[in-house]
Amino acid sequence: MTTPQQETVALGVAAPAARQAMRLQTRHWVLAGAIAVALVLPFVFQGFVVFQLTEVLIYGLAILGLNLMTGFNGQFSVGHGAFFGVGAYVTAIMMQRWNVPYYWTLPPAGIVCFVVGILFGLPALRLRGLYLALVTFAAAVALPQLLKFHGLEGWTGGVQGIVVNQPDVPAFLPIIDADQWLYLFTLAITLLMFWGASNLTGSRTGRAIMAIRDHEIAAAAMGINAPLYKTLTFGVSALYTGVAGALSALAVQFVAPDSFSLFVSINFLVGLILGGMGSLPGCLFGGLFVLYVPNIAESLSRGLAGVAYGVIMLLVIFVMPSGAAGFARYVGGLLARHREVELPAHRATPNAVARPAQRVEHQRAESAEND
Amino acid sequence: MQLFLQQVLAGLANGAIYAGMALALVMIFLAIDHLNFAQGEMATFSTFIAWQLLAWGCPYWITFVLVVAISFVGGIAIERVLFKPLHNADILANLVAFIALFSILNSADGYIWDYTIKTFPTPFGSKPLFGSVLIDAHEAGMLVVTAVLLGLLYLFFSGTRLGLAMRAAAHNPVSARLVGIRVGWMTALGWGIAAAIGAVSGMLIAPVVFLDPNMMFGVLLYGFAGAVLGGMTSPGGAVLGGFAVGVIENMAGTFVPYVGRDLKLTIALLVIVAVLMVRPAGIFGRTTVSRV
Repeated sequence: MTTPQQETVALGVAAPAARQAMRLQTRHWVLAGAIAVALVLPFVFQGFVVFQLTEVLIYGLAILGLNLMTGFNGQFSVGHGAFFGVGAYVTAIMMQRWNVPYYWTLPPAGIVCFVVGILFGLPALRLRGLYLALVTFAAAVALPQLLKFHGLEGWTGGVQGIVVNQPDVPAFLPIIDADQWLYLFTLAITLLMFWGASNLTGSRTGRAIMAIRDHEIAAAAMGINAPLYKTLTFGVSALYTGVAGALSALAVQFVAPDSFSLFVSINFLVGLILGGMGSLPGCLFGGLFVLYVPNIAESLSRGLAGVAYGVIMLLVIFVMPSGAAGFARYVGGLLARHREVELPAHRATPNAVARPAQRVEHQRAESAEND
Repeated sequence: MQLFLQQVLAGLANGAIYAGMALALVMIFLAIDHLNFAQGEMATFSTFIAWQLLAWGCPYWITFVLVVAISFVGGIAIERVLFKPLHNADILANLVAFIALFSILNSADGYIWDYTIKTFPTPFGSKPLFGSVLIDAHEAGMLVVTAVLLGLLYLFFSGTRLGLAMRAAAHNPVSARLVGIRVGWMTALGWGIAAAIGAVSGMLIAPVVFLDPNMMFGVLLYGFAGAVLGGMTSPGGAVLGGFAVGVIENMAGTFVPYVGRDLKLTIALLVIVAVLMVRPAGIFGRTTVSRV
């Protein structure tokens, strides 16, 4: 027979595990629902909207690449547009110059960007903060010039750029049009790569990457090979953004040097910060923001579109200083506290769950400041 | 030899523009510990105000003083309204605010004064100096004004109580507050000074590159490169870095065969990255040591 006291202890032990299982289950349901909605969307909307949604996925993927490096590893980059551009050009050159089928161009685009990323990652090891930003910034500024360079015109097409053919719908799917097929193709690649990123960040390697962000010296003292992980993260980050660039070449059907100016990199950075550093779903929010908000701003006033965009950005950052992901965590915390008032018996547990999360958040902000 | 000298001098003249921008960037970096991405747009806005005053018939030097004063007040106002609420926020939240400010000012310029390219007068004239082709009067004037500005700032920061207080507030805000320095107002003052420097460099650059809403963007890129090359913590280094960027860029364009003309910016950036490999905190920058 159990005394009442033992009963509460048992409950106290069992409750967090059960709650965690439930939360995991909820998360799976939300994920499944989101994927289902994403699958249905291209059949609800048509034409241009499908193209825009494809672009949201592509931006989300590119921002994910930046997030792996900046959000998870703490290395700052203002030049990811360069990797985006390199990926796009690899796909365009392979398809149009060498007649390679479009789906075979994605792995080489990723690999080329991985190698370029490693090459940039090596000098980056010695630099941090603004000085590191300058190296990546140099990449972003130099790329359009390199693409226009007359010695490479045979490949890149110079200022004219390259027109890319839209991928054909495969023969076994005759009922959908080319835009819808491209959307579904992009969705499949995006899901695959988000799954990969989620596994990476949840693994031992991922913890090493984040430990370097939180405190590099302490991480090195724990036996983590910081230079190796930092360089590899740079490479993988470039790979992700490069694949996104390759997909964007397919979606836009055109690549030109001036499509990959510094502003692309700045857009990625805005999307990353507003989506939330170190959050995977946040990347997609960032993609949505970067693609749709400039359009909304333009519809408010053509002449003052830039003012409207800036004001919206300021409002978002004042309301959600740690991005959409941080805001979601904050609202989640409020809801948990609300529930705790309703169920006083379980008071201790939600607190214990909520507090460490807040502390991690705080430390993250601090370590970002110290960098 | 003649060609070499001419290229160096032309590089120095461009470099003076970059040096002014680099100086403004470093000033605000020292005052608020952030790199002001909207610095160039603030300078462009000030220059447009100057253009408007001149168009209304205000004499040049009165306009000059007025615009510097307006910019100083405007810089303080921006800090008080936009950035004070964010001073505890993440560095990246501040970055978004800078990008937003950039977008707002750039778009407002275009809306108020439209996107046509405007000429801007120079107070120095544009005759060749000393009858030679090496440098003209405006370029020489620009060099002199930049040098005077740097000298004044050096005196302000090293010789006055207020300058010392500002440096203390940026270097260690908590300790500075404990000895009675009003850190918040020092930051605002830093913004005001940076906006005023920006206004001066904008008015000096406009006669060369002509005035339009995107006038400063290219200059900002070079200025940033110069500031990092010289070291973000050293105003003198930033000025030298700005001049160096101008000269390297010009030299690469003239003396590097085959790729030079098309890729001069790329070559300049490569040189800078190579220098940073050897001196990771810039040539004159202080390496910050932190206790673990």
